[in-house]
Amino acid sequence: MAYQSLSELKTRLDSGETTAVDLARLYLARIEAHNETLNAFVHIDPEHVLAQAEGSDNYRKKHAARPLEGLPIAVKDIFCTQDGPTRCCSNILEGFEAPYDAHVISKLKQAGAVLVGKTNMDEFAMGSSTGTSAFGPCRNPWDIERIPGGSSGGSASAVSAALTPAALGTDTGGSIRQPAALTGIVGLKPTYGRVSRRGIIAFASSLDQAGPMTRTVKDAAMITAAIEGHDSLDATSVADAPAVDWLGACDKTDMKGLRIGKPAEYFIDGMNPEVRKAVEDALAACEKLGAEVIDISLPHTKYAVAAYYVIAPSEASANLSRYDGVRFGHRCDNPQDLLDLYTRSRDEGFGSEVKRRILTGTFALSSGYYDAYYLKAQQVRTLIRQDFAEAFEKVDIIATPTSPVPAFKLGENMDDPLTMYLSDIFTIAVNLAGLPGLSQPCGMVESMPVGLQWIAPAWKEDTLLQAASAYESATDWHTQTPSAFGGEA
Amino acid sequence: MDIDVRKTAMLARIALTDAEAAELQPQLSSILGYIETLSEVNTEGVEATAHPHDTAMPLRANVVTNSNRRDALQAVAPKIESGLYVVPKVIE
Repeated sequence: MAYQSLSELKTRLDSGETTAVDLARLYLARIEAHNETLNAFVHIDPEHVLAQAEGSDNYRKKHAARPLEGLPIAVKDIFCTQDGPTRCCSNILEGFEAPYDAHVISKLKQAGAVLVGKTNMDEFAMGSSTGTSAFGPCRNPWDIERIPGGSSGGSASAVSAALTPAALGTDTGGSIRQPAALTGIVGLKPTYGRVSRRGIIAFASSLDQAGPMTRTVKDAAMITAAIEGHDSLDATSVADAPAVDWLGACDKTDMKGLRIGKPAEYFIDGMNPEVRKAVEDALAACEKLGAEVIDISLPHTKYAVAAYYVIAPSEASANLSRYDGVRFGHRCDNPQDLLDLYTRSRDEGFGSEVKRRILTGTFALSSGYYDAYYLKAQQVRTLIRQDFAEAFEKVDIIATPTSPVPAFKLGENMDDPLTMYLSDIFTIAVNLAGLPGLSQPCGMVESMPVGLQWIAPAWKEDTLLQAASAYESATDWHTQTPSAFGGEA
Repeated sequence: MDIDVRKTAMLARIALTDAEAAELQPQLSSILGYIETLSEVNTEGVEATAHPHDTAMPLRANVVTNSNRRDALQAVAPKIESGLYVVPKVIE
């Protein structure tokens, strides 16, 4: 039962075949058995999980079940949760307990979900491997010598090994889609502004967006339907976002009339040729389902990583200035004066990747360099948005590989930040343009999962879900599970 | 690109050890060197993107919606006294 989808578990709960408490016990037992190996969870409170499950079972006795009634969902350690620690996997937040719930956490609770625990991540979501976590690296269930991707690697690993049926992640430059691809699950990044960012510890505010990581496309739709919506306390959450029939979009089993764009810049020399073949095979399957595949060009793609590594660190350097050792978080011992308090608290609390990004951003924003770096990058961002706008005049959706390579080995690329940055080459432009993106499993290379990325126009998550559902209905990649963690319970 | 790591770190209020500064110097130079590929792009007359969608920020009614949660918010502070944050003496 552990490997069933959220919607299958919901059917079992609704029919009375199982209870929220039974499900909570099942996944808590799997976490107990496997988390030491995977390091997917950084905080678990079994009593609190069981209490929530009991509450849900009691609610069901008296009321109609809510959309996620009794379903276990894990959340990345970046979401503020009132009932336990929130660390963003950083030492600077050691001992921090958030005084309020993130908007999406409140929404999950209102929908009846049982929150299972906090998952591992790159510190402050800065990374593509979950190797920069203050809690140590997380491992990929398909091969524990490999990374699960990042930054939402703990959520990906946990769903992939069925330590939870679903999880929330966040995506600033690919942090939901890339780990979903590398662990063989579905990951959806909604349109920027679709989901409130309040209570999600800020990394790069013009790029950050929360979304689900699940076994199936429909499960991703179920969770997005529960967490989306305007929040008057997040000025960047859009008040008049076009509505989507989240679950209805998942009934699609064909692609008749769908025009799929295949951008030349995402099928390039230097990427793993077997990954390329897996994605091209997926596109051939889409043609069989009735889609038309059209060659397109997104000419500014090659500048996306450079623009991102100006914009994201710049915004991060401003956002992370709040960790000053005064109002919350780590404070150094015996500060000599206020400057010493700031500089030493921050040096002790932040890890090396976070410092690298803060310094990159500080430099890009510093006097004399602003025009050449930050302004230039924001202009290139406009050109990247225009590339997509022009492409979407010709096609309904764009399909690409999610990652140019399968998961690499733990520790690889850790001493070469630039190579690590380039691994996000296919996911970053989507964030810069604020578009929705979805990754789903589409093959295996080196016995590791490969992801197919769908990109749709802003607010057209239904197009993503329709295409991904049709592909999922015709293939069985999403049913494959890592054998070392399968078949139990 | 030459970057003065010490100066930048001071602007960012991060005290680096000598070993950290030595490690960061070539890494930051290489990252900034890569970023300089942006200079190839002709951006003359191109508007900068500040928000990915061309939408206006929503306004809300100008009424008080939050309550006084000082104690809860200060519970996570490293050092407080009488509802105030305590820091080293700033003025002699």
